[in-house]
Amino acid sequence: MSQVLLSLSGLTKAYPGVVANDDISFRIGAGEVHALLGENGAGKSTLVKMIYGLVKPDSGAMELRGRPYAPGEPRAARADGIAMVFQHFSLFDALNVAENIALGMENPPPMRDLAARIREVSETYGLPLDPFRTVGDLSAGERQRVEIIRCLLQDPKLLIMDEPTSVLTPQEVDILFETLRKLRGEGTSILYISHKLEEIRALCDTATILRLGKVVGTCIPRETTARDMAEMMVGSALKTPERSGRALGEVALDISGLSVPSPSAFGTALKNVHLTVQQGEIVGIGGVAGNGQEELLGVLSGEILTEAGAVKLMDRPIGRLGPTARRALGLLTAPEERLGHAAAPDMSLTENALLTGAVREKLVHNGFLRWGATRAFAERIIADFDVRTPGPDTAARALSGGNLQKFVIGREVLQNPQVLVVNQPTWGVDAAAAAAIRQALLDLAAGGAAVVCISQDLDELMEIADRFAALNEGRLSTPRPTAGLTVEEIGLMMGGAHGMEVAHV
Amino acid sequence: MDLSAINPVLLIASLMVAATPLLLAAIGELVVEKAGVLNLGVEGMMITGAISGFAISVETGSPWLGFLAAAVGGAVLSLLFVVLTQLALANQVASGLSLTLFGLGLSSLMGQSYVGIKPPQMADVHIPVLSDLPVLGPILFSHDPMLYLGVGIIAAVWALLKFTRVGLILRAVGENHDAAHALGYKVVRIRVLAILFGGACAGLGGAYISLIRVPQWTEGMTAGVGWIALALVVFASWKPWRVLLGAYLFGGVTVVQLNLQAAGVAIPVEYLAMSPYLVTILVLVILSADKSSAPASLGRIFHASH
Amino acid sequence: MIRLEKRPQPSQRWSMATPLVAVLATMLFGGLLFGVLGTNPLLAIETIFWEPLFGEFSFYYRPQLLVKGAPLVLIAIGLSLGFRAGIWNIGAEGQYIIGALTGAAVGLAFYPVEAWYIFPLMVIAGALGGWAWAMIPAFLKVRFGTNEILVSLMLVYVAEQFLASMSLGLLKNPEGFGFPGSRNLQQYESAHNADLIANSGMHWGVVAALIAVIFAYVLLNRHMLGFQIRLTGEAPRAARFAGVRPARLILLCLGISGALAGLAGLFEVSGPAGQVSIDFNVGYGFTAIIVAFLGRLHPVGILLAGGLMALTYIGGEIAQGQLGLPAAAIQVFQGMLLFFLLALDLLTNYRVAWRKPEVA
Repeated sequence: MSQVLLSLSGLTKAYPGVVANDDISFRIGAGEVHALLGENGAGKSTLVKMIYGLVKPDSGAMELRGRPYAPGEPRAARADGIAMVFQHFSLFDALNVAENIALGMENPPPMRDLAARIREVSETYGLPLDPFRTVGDLSAGERQRVEIIRCLLQDPKLLIMDEPTSVLTPQEVDILFETLRKLRGEGTSILYISHKLEEIRALCDTATILRLGKVVGTCIPRETTARDMAEMMVGSALKTPERSGRALGEVALDISGLSVPSPSAFGTALKNVHLTVQQGEIVGIGGVAGNGQEELLGVLSGEILTEAGAVKLMDRPIGRLGPTARRALGLLTAPEERLGHAAAPDMSLTENALLTGAVREKLVHNGFLRWGATRAFAERIIADFDVRTPGPDTAARALSGGNLQKFVIGREVLQNPQVLVVNQPTWGVDAAAAAAIRQALLDLAAGGAAVVCISQDLDELMEIADRFAALNEGRLSTPRPTAGLTVEEIGLMMGGAHGMEVAHV
Repeated sequence: MDLSAINPVLLIASLMVAATPLLLAAIGELVVEKAGVLNLGVEGMMITGAISGFAISVETGSPWLGFLAAAVGGAVLSLLFVVLTQLALANQVASGLSLTLFGLGLSSLMGQSYVGIKPPQMADVHIPVLSDLPVLGPILFSHDPMLYLGVGIIAAVWALLKFTRVGLILRAVGENHDAAHALGYKVVRIRVLAILFGGACAGLGGAYISLIRVPQWTEGMTAGVGWIALALVVFASWKPWRVLLGAYLFGGVTVVQLNLQAAGVAIPVEYLAMSPYLVTILVLVILSADKSSAPASLGRIFHASH
Repeated sequence: MIRLEKRPQPSQRWSMATPLVAVLATMLFGGLLFGVLGTNPLLAIETIFWEPLFGEFSFYYRPQLLVKGAPLVLIAIGLSLGFRAGIWNIGAEGQYIIGALTGAAVGLAFYPVEAWYIFPLMVIAGALGGWAWAMIPAFLKVRFGTNEILVSLMLVYVAEQFLASMSLGLLKNPEGFGFPGSRNLQQYESAHNADLIANSGMHWGVVAALIAVIFAYVLLNRHMLGFQIRLTGEAPRAARFAGVRPARLILLCLGISGALAGLAGLFEVSGPAGQVSIDFNVGYGFTAIIVAFLGRLHPVGILLAGGLMALTYIGGEIAQGQLGLPAAAIQVFQGMLLFFLLALDLLTNYRVAWRKPEVA
């Protein structure tokens, strides 16, 4: 390793009930791309927040270029040459690109000069951007560019990137990697956080692996197999879901010529979507976030109404039916956002079981609630899906992401749907829970249900889906059998590089 | 009935006076809402400002000190809202309502010994030549200084939001408080300052009613102006100059109905007196379709969890 | 430095305890306020909270508690349903006025006929009047997305003007020597909401308030509609996902609260108040907002809170008479109560921890 840029020693941070980081030590060299690898909940986010000055460690110390480094706030971190590209939550939809970038700088130049600088830097690094466009109208990849440019204008010594490729198509990932390699060539260090092993092998020089808040290993990714890294990350050999051969039945869900505007200001309208799903089949729908996934789920759940014939369930037009009527007919859904959409955070699991189970589980009689039966249903979900919780009286928000997701998926699966539509079923969920959820979807299809799985995790879709289609700016590509699909083909279905220029470096 | 008794020049001049309390309260609330906070306590802060300003100017004999006291009074009351919503993370709707209920009670308690007194007058400005112009003179150049201050505040807020970094940060906080926090901005501190500014403006607006527009003290004299100011912010789509426009529109309605009352139009007084409220509802209906310009974090509770 | 940590789940204990702590804090700070105003704090607190219940003239004041408490509870129950669903009807005062007007108008239209059906018709008219007034913000919200807070509040001022116009015009007592105000319904037997047991304060409004409490309790705890109301308030998006139709809920919640406020107005105008007059309304519609929150939007809590608030009204009047405490001081006292309650509510969802300073 060349000269050390940042060294962490013994960093520890505890929150009530959980030690997020336990005695973490490692070093990042100058001009090095250093991977921080770990599952959801391994403590990666807390660690980078400490480096970026958002969270103060309980104990331990950091040194930057040999001098003690203890940023009191992000401003101090930025002043010391540390910049961060966030996974979420750091752009302002209603403001334009230049304003967004100005907010991330200490002493931004006047707007006109800043706009010129943005044009210049973005061209240099192959990430063209119009400084006066409203950020809410940008694609996910372009939004990330805004964040990256914001960092680059600060001339960072260390660039922290938190799961940067989760919002990109494979082609866009290539562009990003070119940019990052160029930065490395100029001597910038990069701390690259991810759980995607192939990416890390392609890009990173060193990797530190975290599990349950502790460093469990370091390796040179180029010289380590993905399998070995995965086992270090998860701590045990992974069980791949079993797929059994399934006989396909009649067409259960038929979407034809579906076009609807988005209900939200910065949403994506669906444009002429066609899709049929047969009984016993899992159709995977990929695509970068914000290309109409939420709207597609809303159209199927009944939260967004369409022309009657645009959505058919077992040949019956249901486009004008609301969620309750659709559930009665056997079309069940599980939205992406667990807290606040799929479940009410402050309500108990029993009440949350009632939320979608009222009709099919007969939890309501003449408008009056059958609390006993509801509680029994909640307990059945908890038992069958191994939801770790003190009991059905616990509030939904008290559950971990993985456990709540198991509850949400279990709630729908146990109601014996004809068609189940899930959006991001394993997002932010630990590996064991993710495997259990995927298995449940496979079992459901094996039992004769039609399943639509919307996900941004391509590996997941390749693992469980029979056919694959991608959403791109509200349009759905023609579904193709997953067997034999290449990454390039998938990338093109997802819209390629979204008309972005490839980096000229 | 005698409509010819209505003098258009005086009508426009008094329209501007009628609009000023509304304008002051609304521009303050606009800043608060731009920062992502919905303070429904405007009415309470206005009435508190009305009595604070009235009492101090009667005691000191200086309307200027009175207005200063009104701004302080409104801001102090808004501090309660700060405690509830920014520190105790209480629901903003409920907190705002409680502020109004409390302010109405507090003001009538404070104002008991001031009923029926005349406050000292604030002299109108007199600019040589300009004030003596026919028509334009009385309309534009012969008002009290506070009226001009109100327009000045509008211009200042506009410039602040549009051209300065402080304004950009304020908008950012109102747009997405989690992102602003992640970038290291002090969300709570910025919001507290915005709320205090809103309180001070509401206080000034209240004092304008009790010291200039009426001028005397009666219980509950703001009579819903604070609520109309809230509606005005929606009407203005959170744009400062449209606040001015809207305030003059409402001021116009008020003045016209008062003039019609005085002129003895055949419509009963009560129905004329309803008109500003009905116009407010009408305007809300017409403008409710477009909510896109509302700050995205408006009314949401911010708690930096980790 | 004090830090707030979100509890994994809301604390039941604090949820029950906050109203009590808030009342104690209000007594303390209210006492200080009374002291500043030159009244003996202990004496004032005792006069307000003890005198009406157990004092020398409690035989007179106790029935008054029912008379003051009933409209507060009736209105607050209705408001609480909407508040729970995030639908903010704050114009109950207007609905109360309109209910009183329509109810009284029906009664006065029959004058001087005496018949058993007159009072029931007035009750229906009162409820319908309040309902219709609340339907204005409800309809505008459903149809145009208009903010119901501002519209319902604007309609209070409109209703007040309307009340003035009615008591000076259409409903004015033709035998009233030109004084404003309607005939006195207390002197019109078929339209009089008299005490069911003489001098008990127990009129039909009290019965209606108790029925409303039971109805709301069953609705919220045992009925799908109540579940939908709670769900909408807790997580609006999850409610739509669960199949709740927001428009229906808005019409329903505003409608119920309007009808209950209208009923309260009718029972008041035909009973304790007796006539339509310019200053007929005394702010029950606004105080009921405090009652609803103080009762934690829970039917039983509202019943207790309504009693407490009635106590401060009656006790306040006594203190006004005996100690010269200004009426406005009681209003401030009530406002303070709401402040403390809202502030202390924090403890239900957050834990307060002492920690060394931290950047967060």
